[in-house]
Amino acid sequence: MKLLQERVKDRPAGENLIIRTAVRLMIPFIQLYGLYVIVHGHYSPGGGFQGGVVLGASFILLALAYDLRTSLRFMSERVNAVLGNVGVLIYTGTGLLCALLGGLFLDYSALDRILPLGPVEWRSLGIFVVEVGVGIAVMSIMTSLFWDLGSGGEMDEGL
Amino acid sequence: MTSTNLHMYVMMAPLLAAFAVNLLGRVSRAWIGPLSLGALTFSTIGALLTLLRVLHHGAYRYTVGNWQPPFGIELVIDPLSALMLLLVSGVALLATCSALKSVQNELPGREHLFFTLYMILVAGLLGLVLTGDAFNLYVLLEITSITTYGLIAMGSGRAALSSFNYIIMGSIGACFYLLGVGYLYILTGTLNMADIASILPGLNAPAAIATAFAFLLVGLWVKMALFPLHIWLPNAYSQAPTGAGVMIAPLMTKVTIYLMIRVMFSIFSPDYTFFAHAGVQAGIVWAASLAILCASGLALAQRNLRRMLTYILIAEVGYMVGGVWLANGTGMTGAMLHIVNDALMTLCLFLAAAAIIYRTGSLEFDRLHGLYRRMPLTMAAFTVGAFSMIGIPPTCGFFSKWYLLLGAVQAQHWEFVAALLASSLINAVLFFRLFELAYFKPAGEDVPSASQPCGDAPPLLLSPLVLTAVALLVVGLGTGPLIENVIRLALPPGFAP
Repeated sequence: MKLLQERVKDRPAGENLIIRTAVRLMIPFIQLYGLYVIVHGHYSPGGGFQGGVVLGASFILLALAYDLRTSLRFMSERVNAVLGNVGVLIYTGTGLLCALLGGLFLDYSALDRILPLGPVEWRSLGIFVVEVGVGIAVMSIMTSLFWDLGSGGEMDEGL
Repeated sequence: MTSTNLHMYVMMAPLLAAFAVNLLGRVSRAWIGPLSLGALTFSTIGALLTLLRVLHHGAYRYTVGNWQPPFGIELVIDPLSALMLLLVSGVALLATCSALKSVQNELPGREHLFFTLYMILVAGLLGLVLTGDAFNLYVLLEITSITTYGLIAMGSGRAALSSFNYIIMGSIGACFYLLGVGYLYILTGTLNMADIASILPGLNAPAAIATAFAFLLVGLWVKMALFPLHIWLPNAYSQAPTGAGVMIAPLMTKVTIYLMIRVMFSIFSPDYTFFAHAGVQAGIVWAASLAILCASGLALAQRNLRRMLTYILIAEVGYMVGGVWLANGTGMTGAMLHIVNDALMTLCLFLAAAAIIYRTGSLEFDRLHGLYRRMPLTMAAFTVGAFSMIGIPPTCGFFSKWYLLLGAVQAQHWEFVAALLASSLINAVLFFRLFELAYFKPAGEDVPSASQPCGDAPPLLLSPLVLTAVALLVVGLGTGPLIENVIRLALPPGFAP
């Protein structure tokens, strides 16, 4: 107990041990839930956008409970920007691939020509690939919106 | 790789290039130019092939993801949309050459961010031209608007404030449009334009349909800056980065006018649009005439080249809205021709402004002295653009204005005739005043011409400008075939002469 009190004394105001510990415990579960929502999005309620928002919220929670720099340690700005672009490229690329393979744009059944699993199975898998892309992009944009607005684009202390 | 998807590739190339530019542009600036120019060249060639295909085999429809029309998103590729596809990609290609140079100068280190937004904007405009779905149109309209807000806010000085004003006005416009779509959806249960058009005549809900119609039109008028709703435009377009202005000014208003035509004839019928409500058609022509006169008058008061051009742009919006609402084939031909011509004329003048600002750093009138001597080729191209804007015969501006005048006389809207003629005269005054400043006045002592590099702008700025000036003449001389082969097919049935 004494040790804890000493630790708390050293910290500047606004940093709460209870919040930090709770957030540290919660974040893995939030992220796992975000992945669950993305992965099950194509045949049950949920999807790339919703799952991406949950994933992004985990980083925002980290930045709120600790500070902006801590969240940047887990997900650097550069990686975040690359992920955002890659997410959209997965989405549009899948659509384009369908068109290049002789189907219509975003007509996933055309992907059957790469790996013959049957057009129906590919419709399900195709939307899954798209949801993953959307999820990555939404997560990255959510986090980057918070970082930029919270620190005026400086990426320093933040809120 | 089938040709069925050709128009889709036209739209996808800039979209994929946008994210590639963002990824690779971070690594090295050298990637940006080849990627964006390559994607747009591909789009322009693809758009040309699409137009040829439509002219040979007629209009066709396309379902995205193979979801059948009333449920899935449908794209409509008819002569007018194929022509607009070519116009948008061609103008974007020329504007990009100039933007590459200006942006390197004005926003060093942020080029990859600028061109990401820029290419998404091009993709959004191409999508707007293709779509046959009322809600998809809203989504694409917001994609183009949001990227435009971002591009304008990258300018210097008070650009962020102008962009904020534009966000407020643009969002109001978008809300109006969305409300209109909402009314239609409640009435018909569908968002597909062709489907709505087939259901609407059988409905007995005149007040609700009229409300939807009014919301859709007012929303688009805010977005295209028709005169009393134009307040956001001059600041936003004149304070945007030069590279953004060169692309946004020629395309955004013109594409919105194309959308107005789509709403009037593809969702509603010409009969409903023009004759269902007494006085509306005549009232809008009066409003357009007023828009032309007021915007031309305001242009006279400007002391900066780019601000003056933005007011001329607002007057031109009046030309096209009035032309469509004259409710006869000649007026509509004039308006559709003017969409093409005005995009090229505005591009030419803004490219010239970009070249001047690159060399002299200012567009204030008193800094333009002696410009003909210093930048002969740039100013020659500027002169062609100005002649076209005034409407002097071999240039294309004359022909569309001629059709608009003829249409106005046929419809006996003398106020529109008067407004068109007055605006042409005012344009003549505006541009001849500039010619006088730049040709006859010697460069003053205050202009540090010795410290500035003399001569024309660098080739990357100059070549698109000269090409556009040539295009103005070519389109002017090719007006006959253009109307005969493309625009006549785009007129709604019953209006073709």
